[in-house]
Amino acid sequence: MTEAVLSKKNYDKSTEVKSTSLWGHAWKQLTSDKMTVISMIIVFSYFLTALLSFSGIIASGWANEVGASYAAPSWAHWFGLDIFGRSVVDKTIKGAEVAMSVGLVTAILSMLIGTTMGAIAGYFGGKVDEVIVWFYTTFSSIPYIMLLVAIAFILGKGMLAVYLSLGLTSWVSLCRLIRGEVIRHKDREYVHAATAIGGGHKRKLIRHILPNVFHLVIIDFSLQFQTAIKSEVILSYLGLGVQGRPSWGTMIDDAKLELARGVWWQLAAATFAMLIVVLAFNILGDSLRDALDPKLKGK
Amino acid sequence: MNNYSYIIKRLLYVIPVILGVCLIIFILFNLVGGDPTQAMLGKHATLEQMRELRVELGLDKPLLSQYFDIVRSAFTFDFGRSWSTKQQISQMIKQGAVPSLTMTVPAFMISTVLAILISLVVAFFRGKFIDKAVVFICVSLMSISSLAYILFGQYFFAYKLGLFEISGYEEGFPLFIPYVILPILIWVVLSVGRDIRFYRTVLLDEVYQDYVRTGRAKGLSENTIMLKHVLKNALVPIITYVIIQIPFLILGALLLESFFGIPGLGGMTLNAINSSDFPVIKAVTILSSVAYILFSVLTDVLYTVADPRVRLK
Repeated sequence: MTEAVLSKKNYDKSTEVKSTSLWGHAWKQLTSDKMTVISMIIVFSYFLTALLSFSGIIASGWANEVGASYAAPSWAHWFGLDIFGRSVVDKTIKGAEVAMSVGLVTAILSMLIGTTMGAIAGYFGGKVDEVIVWFYTTFSSIPYIMLLVAIAFILGKGMLAVYLSLGLTSWVSLCRLIRGEVIRHKDREYVHAATAIGGGHKRKLIRHILPNVFHLVIIDFSLQFQTAIKSEVILSYLGLGVQGRPSWGTMIDDAKLELARGVWWQLAAATFAMLIVVLAFNILGDSLRDALDPKLKGK
Repeated sequence: MNNYSYIIKRLLYVIPVILGVCLIIFILFNLVGGDPTQAMLGKHATLEQMRELRVELGLDKPLLSQYFDIVRSAFTFDFGRSWSTKQQISQMIKQGAVPSLTMTVPAFMISTVLAILISLVVAFFRGKFIDKAVVFICVSLMSISSLAYILFGQYFFAYKLGLFEISGYEEGFPLFIPYVILPILIWVVLSVGRDIRFYRTVLLDEVYQDYVRTGRAKGLSENTIMLKHVLKNALVPIITYVIIQIPFLILGALLLESFFGIPGLGGMTLNAINSSDFPVIKAVTILSSVAYILFSVLTDVLYTVADPRVRLK
């Protein structure tokens, strides 16, 4: 008896093919691509910078005057100083804090709204679906920039207005995608099986269907993150952005008066900082899509 | 359901969507937006002045009739007067449309043709170095703030090198050309990355189809396959993508117009935002939404007519 069990164990071990889940497979594919790994490192270091800046460990003295107004880049100050003699590098770091928080909050808001509405519309269908489809059709008919401006305008100035206006305007694409996927999934056998063993709507939707469409959420998350970073700049230019603290948007906005005097460093620092992180998110988003979308497998 | 009843149903769906757009605008500006009279009259306004202004602006009416005012304006295009310039808004829009179009139409045509040509080449060399390089360049172009392009372009090419006009505009056919060249170039750089990526995906969806293999098997050259078969089949999504962008051409380009002093609708909108001119913001929002709704119906209808495979339930 013992022997039989043992031999069975040995037999299993020798022929066992390690099966990988979608996520395991995706992780393997992501980490095998050099560009993706670099992008992940970049995103991680931006988050780290933002956290360190938030906790006051670095760039806490951004508001201090450290030299002459508009001092050119030097060894001490790599990206020069601004009109008040403040370090542009420190301002850029502070800007990273704003950018990463704007990206994160916007992406989370749009993920929550988009997934919830899309899942409910797709799963329940009928009147509920009609109302939600009407709502997002209406919402997406208003040009993004006008809606963004209108909401930011009404909420007033400041971080909260930026978070909300960006979050409330960016959920439609995800909602559409999730709705379509949930409709495809809800009549599959595994959902019927869940019904058969007595699973309620909530359980079927959250425990069974959502994990199967969650890859869309991840892909959209990286897209919304970088869109929000870019939109913050536009809001700042329109005077509807972050107030009283440096952001890449306000730095680029400042540059419109500075360039004529030959002061290019503030524009360069903010643009460069933004380019790197947005590019990293773009590459990451594409790799995530390639790794997670089963339709693209093998292409 | 046949095509005709689908088309009619689709056309009728325009009405609830327009009503919805008006509802959102009403909620934002009339319900949540609060009382604008304080901001308009300044700190030293008396209650009497504020009440008079409220009557003048129609803010004393019941909420329901305020909503119907918005709905009516969506169909009649009568948006009342601007709060800051006191001009008739429909007049302002008519004046602004032409300068906007002189910039956006050529810019849109150039960037579309350029993007389609490049994506054809890229799809032809799919997976090769040139494909990867173009995709990387596109993503990099998309990662730079539009504001940075405008600032740099205006400073370097117009101010430093003096190749173009820095800012300004003149009415009339040949006169406006020097003023719009640089904005057009910047527009092309701004949009070509996103466009190439879209067209490339569309073309690649077709390149792996069976008919391409059949074409190759019967000995067609790669050029014939690309231009006569792949492009033809990809044309439906391409045309849809092109049409859906047209309403935004009329709206103009917010940032480009204000930086280059083009007196178009984009610049007008930006001024309205800066001076809290609610009726103008509302008007532009309604107008562009209605245009978008109509054009998206148009693309849907074209889709059903052009592509016999599309049979919508």
